[in-house]
Amino acid sequence: MKHIIAVLIENEAGALSRVVGLFSARGYNIESLTVAPTEDPSLSRITLQTSGSDDVIEQITKHLNRLIEVVKVVDLTEGAYTERELMMVKVRAVGKEREEMKRMADIFRGRVIDVTDKSYTIELTGDVAKNDAFLEAIEHSAILETVRTGACGIGRGERILRV
Amino acid sequence: MEISKAELQSAAQASALSQTPIEINGSDILVKSLQAEGVQFVWGYPGGAVLHIYDALYKQNTIEHVLVRHEQAAVHAADGYARATGEVGVALVTSGPGVTNAVTGIATAYMDSIPMVIITGQVPTHAIGLDAFQECDTVGITRPIVKHNFLVKDVREMADIMKKAFHIARTGRPGPVVVDIPKDVSFKRTTYTGYPTSVDMRSYNPVRKGHSGQIRKALQLLVGAKRPFIYTGGGVLLSEASAELRTLVDMLGYPCTNTLMGLGAYPASDRKFLGMLGMHGTIEANNAMQNCDVLLAVGARFDDRVIGNPKHFAQNERKIIHIDIDPSSISKRVKVDIPIVGDVKDVLTEMIGMLRELPAKPDPQSLAAWWETIEAWRSRDCLKYDHGSSDVIKPQYVVETLWNMTKDADAYITSDVGQHQMWAAQYYRFDQPRRWINSGGLGTMGVGIPYAMGIKLAKPDSEVYCVTGEGSVQMCIQELSTCLQYNTPIKIVALNNRYLGMVRQWQEIEYSGRYSHSYMDALPDFVKLAEAYGHVGMLIERPEDVEPALREARRLKDRTVFMDFRTDPTENVFPMVQAGKGITEMLLGSEDL
Repeated sequence: MKHIIAVLIENEAGALSRVVGLFSARGYNIESLTVAPTEDPSLSRITLQTSGSDDVIEQITKHLNRLIEVVKVVDLTEGAYTERELMMVKVRAVGKEREEMKRMADIFRGRVIDVTDKSYTIELTGDVAKNDAFLEAIEHSAILETVRTGACGIGRGERILRV
Repeated sequence: MEISKAELQSAAQASALSQTPIEINGSDILVKSLQAEGVQFVWGYPGGAVLHIYDALYKQNTIEHVLVRHEQAAVHAADGYARATGEVGVALVTSGPGVTNAVTGIATAYMDSIPMVIITGQVPTHAIGLDAFQECDTVGITRPIVKHNFLVKDVREMADIMKKAFHIARTGRPGPVVVDIPKDVSFKRTTYTGYPTSVDMRSYNPVRKGHSGQIRKALQLLVGAKRPFIYTGGGVLLSEASAELRTLVDMLGYPCTNTLMGLGAYPASDRKFLGMLGMHGTIEANNAMQNCDVLLAVGARFDDRVIGNPKHFAQNERKIIHIDIDPSSISKRVKVDIPIVGDVKDVLTEMIGMLRELPAKPDPQSLAAWWETIEAWRSRDCLKYDHGSSDVIKPQYVVETLWNMTKDADAYITSDVGQHQMWAAQYYRFDQPRRWINSGGLGTMGVGIPYAMGIKLAKPDSEVYCVTGEGSVQMCIQELSTCLQYNTPIKIVALNNRYLGMVRQWQEIEYSGRYSHSYMDALPDFVKLAEAYGHVGMLIERPEDVEPALREARRLKDRTVFMDFRTDPTENVFPMVQAGKGITEMLLGSEDL
C-alpha cells in the first residue's frame, strides 16, 4: 500500500543522505522524495512516498526515528491529509494539436507556462494520481519531456507536524 | 545506573576543568575533551592528517596512547576495552587508508552496539573533494556502520561535537560514533572556554523508563505462564542489568538462556540456566525456546542465528514480551505481543518491584511439569563429546581444561570467529557479565588478539585468554608486537586443526565433503613466530600435555604465551542447526550426518 511519510530533520549537510542510505541499505522503496527547509531554517521537511506491508512501514518509521538528526516522523496516510505534486510537461504542439493540448490543460486546471511554435510547457499541480491521469489522457507520443517534484503532503485540520 | 553515572562524571570533570577562556588549537581542544570524558587509553596509528593531534597527545600525560600495528586492531582493541569495562572505547586513525582499515573494526562494534568514539583525520577542508592524497569520504563510507558521525568543519564546533559524540555513543542503544577532523581544523586556534557540561539535542532523546502499564501487563502474562522461558541477549550486559536479571529469574524460578552475546548475564553454573541457544545452542535451550507458552525476551533481537527459520519458529503459539531500548529491534523478525521500550536495567527494576507486590504467583504444578520436561531434554547431555583416542587433542577438551583451571580466577576470554568461538561459548561456563568478549553480530575474524590486549590494559591484574584458531589468529597476528611494547601479557589458546574449521564443517555437511579452499597448507611455525615477537611459544600435540601447558602458561604471568594446540581436524561443532532449519531440528553428532 502507498504511504506518504513526512520527516522533520535537522537542516545539516549529509542529513538527507542518511535518510536515503537507510532506504537503500534495508531494501525499502522510495517512490518519490521531496525536501526543502521549513519556515525555521534549521529544519528541513522531507516528504517521502513509499510502499510496503504494514510491518515494513512500521520498520521504516522506526528506523527513520532512530537516525540521530531526525526530529519527527509522521505517516500522513494514517489520517486525513492533503497531497500535492507539481509537474511540468513539455508537449509537442503543432497544427491542430495546439488547440487540443490547450483544452486538455484547461480540463486538468493546468497552465501553459512556455510556448514555442512547436511546443507547450504545461504546469500542473495536484495529487500524484491526477498528474498520472493527465499523462494518460494526452497523446503519449506528444510528450517530449516530463518533470515531477514528487508528492509533498500535509495533515488536514488540527493535524500539525512541528517541533 | 552506569550510563547516567558516566554522563554525570563527564559533566563533573568538565566543570572542574572549566577555566578562563584560552586561545588554543583544535587538537588541544580535542585532547581536553578526551580528558574531560575521563578517557584513559587511546588506541591509534599516526599519519599525515593527524599529526597535529599526535603533537597535542605528546604534550600531555593523562591519556596513554597505544600504538597498534594496523588500524583495524586499534578499533578492535578499543572495542574490547569497551566490552570489558562498559566505558566508551576510543581509537584514533589517520585519513584515507587509516579510515578504510578501521572500517571492519567500526562495523564490528556497530553490530554489537558497543559504545565507541573513533577519531579520524581528514585532509584540510580546502582540499576535501579534490581527490587529495590520502583522502576518502569518511563520513560517507562509515555512515551505514555507525550510530552517528560528524565532520568537524569549524574548530569552534570541536568541543560541542566531542561532547555530543560521547553522549550519543554511550546513551540509548550504544554504538560507535565517528568524528572526522580535517587537518586545518586540528591546527586552527580558537577561544576555548571549557568542555560543555550538557548536551542539547532536540532530535535525540533516548528513553530509559519503560511504560509501566506494559510492564504490569507483561508481568501478569509472565506469572500466569505454564511453560515460561526467559531469553536474554547482549542488551542485559550493555545496560549493566545482570544483577536485576538474576533477581528476577530467581524470584520466578523460571528457566533462562543467554544468546552468544549475552553469556555471563546469568550464571552458567546455575541450574536455571539452560545454556546458550541458537544454531549451536543446547537441546534444552532450543526446545524450551520453541515450546514455551510465554517468552520474555530481554535485550535480545531474535537474530537469524538464534531463532533459525522464522516460519518454523512461528509454528508454535507463544506470547512474546520484548524489552529493548531500540524500538526498531521490536517486531523486526518476530511479531511481539507486549513490547516494552526502555533501558533493560530500568525496566527489570520496575518489574521486580511490581512482582514483589503482586499477589499472584506462578503455578507451582505447571512449573514443576515444565521443569520435568526440560530436565528430560537436559539429560541427553548434548555437549558430551567423544574423547577419542589418546593421541589426538579434542578442541572441546582444551576449552574445558582452561575453564576448570581458571573458573575461580575471574578470567576474561576473548575469541575470534569459527568453531573455536562456538566451543569456547559452549564449554567455558561464564558466571559473570563482560567476561566473554567476541564478535557476535558481524562475526569478524581477527578480533581475538586486539580484544585481549585492550582488556589486559584495562584489567592488568586479570588473566586474559584469547581462544582462537590458526585461521583467525593470522588476521591480526601483527598485534603480538603491540603486546610486547605495551606489556600486555595475554595467553593465546590456538585450536589449530589446519582447517578453516567452520567452513570445513559446512562443506562436510552441506557440500558433500568438497573442501573448497578451507585447508591451510603453509602455516607458520607459531612457536618461532611467538619467539620472533619476543614472546613464549608452545607446541602441544598430545592430550596429556594440554593441562601442563596451560598451567605453565599461567605461571608465566608476565609473558604473552602462544599455545599452538594441534587439535583433531575432523571435529565438528554440535549441536548444530543447519541454515534454513528450525531451531529444534538439531544435528547432535556425527551420527546424525
